[in-house]
Amino acid sequence: MAHRSELIAADILRYLDSQESKSLLRFMTCGSVDDGKSTLIGRLLYESKLIFEDQLATLAADSKKVGTQGDELDLALLVDGLAAEREQGITIDVAYRFFSTERRKFIVADTPGHEQYTRNMVTAASNSDAAVVLIDARKGVLTQTRRHSYILSLLGVRHIALAVNKMDQVGFAESVFDAIVDEYRKFASEIGITDVTPIPLSALKGDNVTSPSANTPWYPGPTLMGHLETLAVDELLGERPFRFPVQWVNRPHQDFRGYAGLIVSGSVRTGDRVRTLPSGRTSSVARIIGPKGDLERAVAGQSVTLTMADEIDVSRGDVLAPADSPPAIADQFQASVIWMHEEPMLPGRPYILKMGTRTVTASITSPRYKVNVNTLEHLAAKQLELNEIGVCNLSLDQPVPFDAYAENRDMGGFVLIDRLNNDTLGAGLIHFALRRAENIHWQALDVNKIARARLKGQRSCILWFTGLSGAGKSTIANLIERRLLALGRHTYLLDGDNVRHGLNKDLGFTDADRVENIRRVAEVARLMVDAGLIVIVSFISPFRSERRMARELVAPGEFLEVFVDTPLAEAEKRDVKGLYAKARRGELKNFTGIDSPYERPEQAEIRIDTTQVGPEEGAQAVITALEEAGILLPATNENWSL
Amino acid sequence: MPLTHLERLEAESIHILREVVAECERPVMLYSIGKDSAVMLHLALKAFHPAKPPFPLLHVDTTWKFREMIEFRDRRVAELGLELIVHINPEGVARGINPITHGSQIHTDVMKTQALKQALDQYAFDAAFGGARRDEEKSRAKERIFSFRSAQHRWDPKRQRPELWRLYNARKNKGESLRVFPLSNWTELDVWQYIYRENIPIVPLYFARPRPVVRRDGTLIMVDDARLPLAPGERPVMRKVRFRTLGCYPLTGAIESSAETLPAIIQEMLLTTTSERQGRVIDHDAAASMEKKKQEGYF
Repeated sequence: MAHRSELIAADILRYLDSQESKSLLRFMTCGSVDDGKSTLIGRLLYESKLIFEDQLATLAADSKKVGTQGDELDLALLVDGLAAEREQGITIDVAYRFFSTERRKFIVADTPGHEQYTRNMVTAASNSDAAVVLIDARKGVLTQTRRHSYILSLLGVRHIALAVNKMDQVGFAESVFDAIVDEYRKFASEIGITDVTPIPLSALKGDNVTSPSANTPWYPGPTLMGHLETLAVDELLGERPFRFPVQWVNRPHQDFRGYAGLIVSGSVRTGDRVRTLPSGRTSSVARIIGPKGDLERAVAGQSVTLTMADEIDVSRGDVLAPADSPPAIADQFQASVIWMHEEPMLPGRPYILKMGTRTVTASITSPRYKVNVNTLEHLAAKQLELNEIGVCNLSLDQPVPFDAYAENRDMGGFVLIDRLNNDTLGAGLIHFALRRAENIHWQALDVNKIARARLKGQRSCILWFTGLSGAGKSTIANLIERRLLALGRHTYLLDGDNVRHGLNKDLGFTDADRVENIRRVAEVARLMVDAGLIVIVSFISPFRSERRMARELVAPGEFLEVFVDTPLAEAEKRDVKGLYAKARRGELKNFTGIDSPYERPEQAEIRIDTTQVGPEEGAQAVITALEEAGILLPATNENWSL
Repeated sequence: MPLTHLERLEAESIHILREVVAECERPVMLYSIGKDSAVMLHLALKAFHPAKPPFPLLHVDTTWKFREMIEFRDRRVAELGLELIVHINPEGVARGINPITHGSQIHTDVMKTQALKQALDQYAFDAAFGGARRDEEKSRAKERIFSFRSAQHRWDPKRQRPELWRLYNARKNKGESLRVFPLSNWTELDVWQYIYRENIPIVPLYFARPRPVVRRDGTLIMVDDARLPLAPGERPVMRKVRFRTLGCYPLTGAIESSAETLPAIIQEMLLTTTSERQGRVIDHDAAASMEKKKQEGYF
């Protein structure tokens, strides 16, 4: 290993002591498949002598079998991972490698240079202090070099080592190196990257990787390893204001209540006045319990448990900060969003947002624009697809403490999660809060929902009909409204077709427009529930996500989902409006069931199988359900209070 | 003064342990008794201090572990006052599965992989901590820290969630689960240095001592009990050996060594020339075998 073998052999205790003070650097490499990225990482591992004999034997065998270097060792094979990728000869995910020298331990995130893998680069960049940007000396600064650098600057990776590789292929010419460096610096400064260290090297031959090359006498700078060993990266974090997202409340017994978490910036001392966000309550720090016992002071990067001098209510998701410099609180933001999933980002759809240790619900407006990562042009966009980056406004269901991402990664970076299958869909970086949120307050009203409904002798609710076009939703909904009217109840029927003639006449039938269509109808239905009405909504509403959003807009028990279950073949056979025939002929695009999906309800309160029961029976089943749910009980019943 | 590399690794692991406890309903820590488990347990004691770790330990016992491992396990758990669940695959026992007649592959599959799934299902654990490290093996270099498993415990390389910053997505639907690896970013050297720095108790098998061994296919196997059949004329000989990794004794190769202390072990490791997993018989299959095992539910 690259450790001082003599010292290890002679005085292991002294050696171990010397290892205690090593620091850690996390960096990433960016470049395309052909830039020699894997070879460079393989070279760093190889040169730091971290390759054992048995691994070398495997490498030698693999090099002969699938290598690209003839009889020589193919160092790139050291860092290739999953079997399928090995056969394709490319890396397709983020892989982490480890090596260490006398001064530092390194964690390298290896990411692919392929066009479609913005996702992986963003992931790697989020946890990197520095980056090595590889450039093939024969090709110079390419489109992908710009793309990678833009992502690095967006994610706040400020230290760039510009590795001009394959210098052996251009005769180690200083002029080639200088031209590339000039061009890169010009571009880098445009996107806010100022710390660039250019190094001429050959990963294949080892020039300037760990020892200065005799082939580049004109280059006075450090080797790549020398640069990475001495780069100062985390000193700024400690100088920023103290931020402590509370992870877990530690309460083993009556006499101890501690708040566990990782200090993401700044430092804290016992006795410091701190404020809990978002509640705003203040107290002072009584104890700091670190990994080795009580501390007087703790700094950014440490996992500790804090106790407070006063009994204040603090829970997971809250942020502790200095009483005199707390983070801002808001529920509407402008942010850059990076989409990482095959399912596109749809404006208006609710997503789970996780930031720090807090989880909330968020929806995103139409992107203000998306960024062409190759040209940095701003383009108009209705939604975001996999690997697209856009600037959007976000609206959260509750206010959260935050700092701008540029100030603090941990206080301004978030991920978006699917509410149904829990996949991580995208990531975002907060730019600033939108002031709107502060200026629109809820108006408290004296007459409330219950009072309005009581006057009408009912409890208000939403009956939400969903099903394919032609399933029989409108027929049954119509019957029910007539019966309720006969019973003296106050109703309103929102019908899909009718609403599209007015409120929603600006919307089409793309997935994004369907989501917006349902969002508006759900909001209208909510107002009507507030008005005390029994609201009947009859919409195809094909996506579970939006039906769930509508359900969550009203109180528990106020939303009854009615699934009018008619098989596609049956609905198509009936084809009352002739729409299926049109869709089959290709004259109607995005038709549910034909070329647009319908997601069946999993837990509808009422299911009407129209192949078994007729409309009258179906309507009766709904009325019975309303009676059982207490919607139609007499006016004086106390059960009404929600 | 910036944090040292061990301080940063320690803080990250503690953060991961707490995040799972805060977000999952029923976590469990897989305790394999080896050095990585020892470090993971030590970190858990710190993460939740002064409370005890709010989850049980689970040992999947193949019935072929070294006797000293079992003694160490029971002693540690008693000292710390922790809850330990020991699970043995009853079907495997009924079928008499063992590494000697069935070979390492079937034994590992039935007594380890299947047994682990049984235990996770039986106790309805929704998150399991494992001590695996990314530096151990190539396919693990790409493993997430929070590794999502389907209701059938399968690992789908295409459905792994991107992990950004310190944000881990621990959400899952009923029946689905997570395997969580708090030591992902540690290397073998980090683990040993930390054991040394923190004075963490480890199984004595890691230290060189005279032990009865036989040589099989070039590997030294310790004769830990009478179940290991000896060839005609074969006799165990006493050699001063130690183990770099611990598992089922008939599948774990010993190395000849004189390292009787932690510094001596680290010294030997730093000057040695073969990688850690070479002592594990199960890895001698194809290079991609670990990936296959992982898809089937092995840790």
